Amino acid sequence: MKETPKDTKEYWRWQEYHRVLSDKSWKGKEAITAGVDVGSVGSKAAIMIDGEMYAWAVTRTGSNSPESAKKVMNMVLEGTDLQQSDIKYTVGTGYGRVNVPMANKAITEIACHAKGANYIWGSSVRTILDVGGQDIKAIHCDETGRVTSFLMNDKCAAGTGRGMEVFADLLQIPIEEIGKASLNIDEEPPPVSCTCVAFAKTEAIGLLRKGWSKEKVLAAYTRAMAVRMANLVNRVGLEREFVVTGGQSKNTGIVSRVENILGVKTLPMPNWREGGLDPMVAGATGAALLAKALYLKSLGN
Amino acid sequence: MITAGIDMGIQTVKVVILKDGAVLSRSKTISGFEPKNSAEQAFEEALETAKIPLADVVYVLATGSGMDMAPHSKGNVSMMGAVAKAGVHLFPSARTVIDIGAEEARAVKCDEKGIMLDFVVNERCAAGAGAFIEAMARALEVKLEDMGPLSLQAEHASPINASCVIFGESDVVTLIHRQEAKPEIARAVFDAMADRVSSMVHRLGVNPDVVLVGGVAKDVGFVESLKRKLGITLLIPDNPEYTGALGAALVAANRAKGSQK
Repeated sequence: MKETPKDTKEYWRWQEYHRVLSDKSWKGKEAITAGVDVGSVGSKAAIMIDGEMYAWAVTRTGSNSPESAKKVMNMVLEGTDLQQSDIKYTVGTGYGRVNVPMANKAITEIACHAKGANYIWGSSVRTILDVGGQDIKAIHCDETGRVTSFLMNDKCAAGTGRGMEVFADLLQIPIEEIGKASLNIDEEPPPVSCTCVAFAKTEAIGLLRKGWSKEKVLAAYTRAMAVRMANLVNRVGLEREFVVTGGQSKNTGIVSRVENILGVKTLPMPNWREGGLDPMVAGATGAALLAKALYLKSLGN
Repeated sequence: MITAGIDMGIQTVKVVILKDGAVLSRSKTISGFEPKNSAEQAFEEALETAKIPLADVVYVLATGSGMDMAPHSKGNVSMMGAVAKAGVHLFPSARTVIDIGAEEARAVKCDEKGIMLDFVVNERCAAGAGAFIEAMARALEVKLEDMGPLSLQAEHASPINASCVIFGESDVVTLIHRQEAKPEIARAVFDAMADRVSSMVHRLGVNPDVVLVGGVAKDVGFVESLKRKLGITLLIPDNPEYTGALGAALVAANRAKGSQK
């Protein structure tokens, strides 16, 4: 990562964490399955017991996909009394899905996100905007969480989590706070004109020099990114209910602007910090659910 | 007859003073935050080098992204029109001109008079322009001017993400962690960019002879990669970064003649 001599704080670095829903017991249960989503920026793992969420973990993806998969799997097992050998079936997904050593099968993240969103919010979900580290996807699904159509952006950082990290670093605002900071303005400024993150950075520096506050610059950038995401959703067609998954689901600045542009509210964000499910882990959640189905099939049921 | 062309580029301003088709002087400054002042300065320097007063310049035209800010100018000519004109002036056999600047790239198809017939542009994306090489040089901690010579020492290529500067940076960091040698990484950067430029040119159709101009044409590493990718020879003028300004000065001469009639 680039560092300036004055300030070596890594504003882009988000917290890695794991959660266990401790009121659930796995004793005597058969279908203990896992989903491992090795994304381009974050790796996520989820463990399910008989198709019920039990534990999950989120970590940063390193330069080596198999290592990242192992790391996040160890993190999710931590704090549970499960061992790797207790897991009956694992599905790998995400950018690095073919490099998940413990996976019995790899499934695309599009299928997993739809399945995961269906589990997190219920069968009314029809449109999912998944904003990951390196790409944005707009997905349509039916009431069972099966994908009916989807669209994704070209390989371009505009509107992705990685693009947000670049701006967190540039503006020296911790990544977890950029959503709130971007809303801390008197009036919404016009969006930055460049969608390319490299050029938007130059434009942002110009705006700071003109005397704009960091929050205002961030709002202008967030707005431009939200426009891009909303366009993708409109191209695939917006059908309610609408939800956002992936790391940017936690960026209130993005979600509220996308809602505003599309003129539709998303289903409420679960309280992932305290006992609720986690939309950032939707892909791994869907993968663990699909793993359950595959496990039962393998038993001949 | 003396005319001048000013190319108000995003990164640098270029001025060419022309007398009867021959270049009298060239000058270049950093655009900075006051491109108009930078252009004034470059223009004065060009006049000094040519040893002529401003009054001798009968017609000035501007081109480039900031062309509306150009001093002394009687009008504008598009960058596509300017490089087509200059490309055929420099190489009469040229029918395709590829121009790669700091933040934009374009390819122009033209006829034997240097009249533009068709064009494609890469804009609002840093991946197909000089900014890509600059960002990768920073990630690699190599001086921009050393990137080209370094890449020529590479023994093999390692592919990186060509389609986005931000992701390209991550890829370069990954290659550094994998302890890939710098020449190989530099080569990967140029190959990636050549891929992107080549696909842009193919949308237009490769119509020989092909001329490569713009500041990036001075980079031997990029030139080698693009030649390999397109599988053809590329004609490159001296001072390729002045091609837009030269084109504007040539078009200025035509317009001056036209207005005399």
